[in-house]
Amino acid sequence: MSFEKFFNTAVSSWMSQEGPDSDIVLSSRIRLARNIVDFRFPTVFSSEEAQQIVSLFEQTFAHRSYHSVGRFELLKMSELQPIEKRVLVEKHLISPHLAEDSPFGACLLSENEEVSIMINEEDHIRIQCLFPGLQLTEALEAANELDDWIEEHVNYAFDEKLGYLTSCPTNVGTGMRASVMMHLPALVLTQQINRIIPAINQLGLVVRGTYGEGSEALGNIFQISNQITLGKSEEDIVEDLQSIVKQLIAQERMAREALVKTLNIKLEDRVFRSYGILANCRMIESKEAAQCLSDVRLGIDLGYIKNISRNILNELMILTQPGFLQQYAGGALRPEERDVRRAALIRERLKMEERKNMEGDE
Amino acid sequence: MICQECKQRPATMHFTKIINGEKTEFHLCEQCAKEHGDMFMFYENDDFSLNNLLAGLLNFQTPMKEMTTNTFSGPDILQCETCKMTYHQFTQIGRFGCSDCYRTFARYLPPILKRLHSGNTTHSGKIPKRKGGVLHLRKQIFVLKQKLQELVAREEFEKAAEVRDQIRSLEYQLRQRGEGEM
Repeated sequence: MSFEKFFNTAVSSWMSQEGPDSDIVLSSRIRLARNIVDFRFPTVFSSEEAQQIVSLFEQTFAHRSYHSVGRFELLKMSELQPIEKRVLVEKHLISPHLAEDSPFGACLLSENEEVSIMINEEDHIRIQCLFPGLQLTEALEAANELDDWIEEHVNYAFDEKLGYLTSCPTNVGTGMRASVMMHLPALVLTQQINRIIPAINQLGLVVRGTYGEGSEALGNIFQISNQITLGKSEEDIVEDLQSIVKQLIAQERMAREALVKTLNIKLEDRVFRSYGILANCRMIESKEAAQCLSDVRLGIDLGYIKNISRNILNELMILTQPGFLQQYAGGALRPEERDVRRAALIRERLKMEERKNMEGDE
Repeated sequence: MICQECKQRPATMHFTKIINGEKTEFHLCEQCAKEHGDMFMFYENDDFSLNNLLAGLLNFQTPMKEMTTNTFSGPDILQCETCKMTYHQFTQIGRFGCSDCYRTFARYLPPILKRLHSGNTTHSGKIPKRKGGVLHLRKQIFVLKQKLQELVAREEFEKAAEVRDQIRSLEYQLRQRGEGEM
């Protein structure tokens, strides 16, 4: 696969495919933090050390294939344009920290974009597996395999008592962060979410809006992840997270049913108004776009809107971020120009659905 | 509501601090909250980050008095030989410099780790294959011993005997490996 294709094929597999419970769970992710023995951590290492690590990965893993995920390509941060980096961040393939503050950062990206291995971020190695729907166990299995594969070539910093040693004490132990991205519009609409978030926090899990800043969750999309990494096994952490996620799914489904019963036509009206905005707007800010997309997606899940694919929310939440819009436009854009582009891109995408349906009817 | 600190200005900042399940509420005015800067890292919105939050958490370690009267006492002067990071720097940036820092600062880490990981200080997850062998065995024995105690407590002696035999055979393997490696 060519380098260009990474950027031009905007949609990764986790956005376009469906997984278990994907009416509510958009994606599942496992991240493992690892460091190499005898190298100082990226916070203080020298450029020689950094380059040695990058070349190790370049020689050992780049252009190689691994089972189902396909070939790996190595992308060096220093060789990418700012917009290209931004696009990778918006697709959740690399972290903002790697893109902006890691001069010796690199990323091994698998062909299907399910796996990205960040190099020289906060830790030497961060293995990330991103799967559609609720597939934490599957993602953990994949991450473990990759971890073993890498370990064939490097010596990990590990302590018998403390586990995998990481740059930040919040990651020591398993070095694992498991997270799930969920669309919870009914819990937000019924305000139950305000009660649920503190309860989840008390169970040692973190809830935050995936998009947007602070507590605000753009598009009613929430990310739930484990807080602690020490003292619990990877399997236990994943199991605990999974059981909370399952309860949330059940609560969201119940809230949706209740909304349909109590609001009925009002809810349908809201969904179609949002659809109307998306299909006709000539300028739209990201906040409004996110809310409308969330409404439309809820409408699809509830069966009000037919013939539009579900993944439109995942796709458009990602493709309407500033980096992508600028790539789509082929250059830098002022905020106002972005709103115009965003509106155009959304209309274009909805027309694509219409065309698909017309072809289907014939 | 009036600020609980100066008891004059209206309280505009409300914080809830939860440490080990113990809940304390604070209602302060902007000025008093600012003075409490260290305690309420959230105040400086500009550079609110996990980094600061963590550094704040680590700083709790050293009582404020000690820090102001004598900066060069206690763990602050401790320095990692490999990466030259001092304990003081570590508490400032909230990141270790290298894997040896964990050994150098070992004495001061348990309270920090406990706070970050709900009271846990010992890893119980995956073990790298390379370390494998002996470490795996020791871990297995440790887990089985815990299980043994549980079974004994529940008076399930038949099962306990089985587990005891498992432990014995693992310990035998461990001794053999140990000798082999020596």
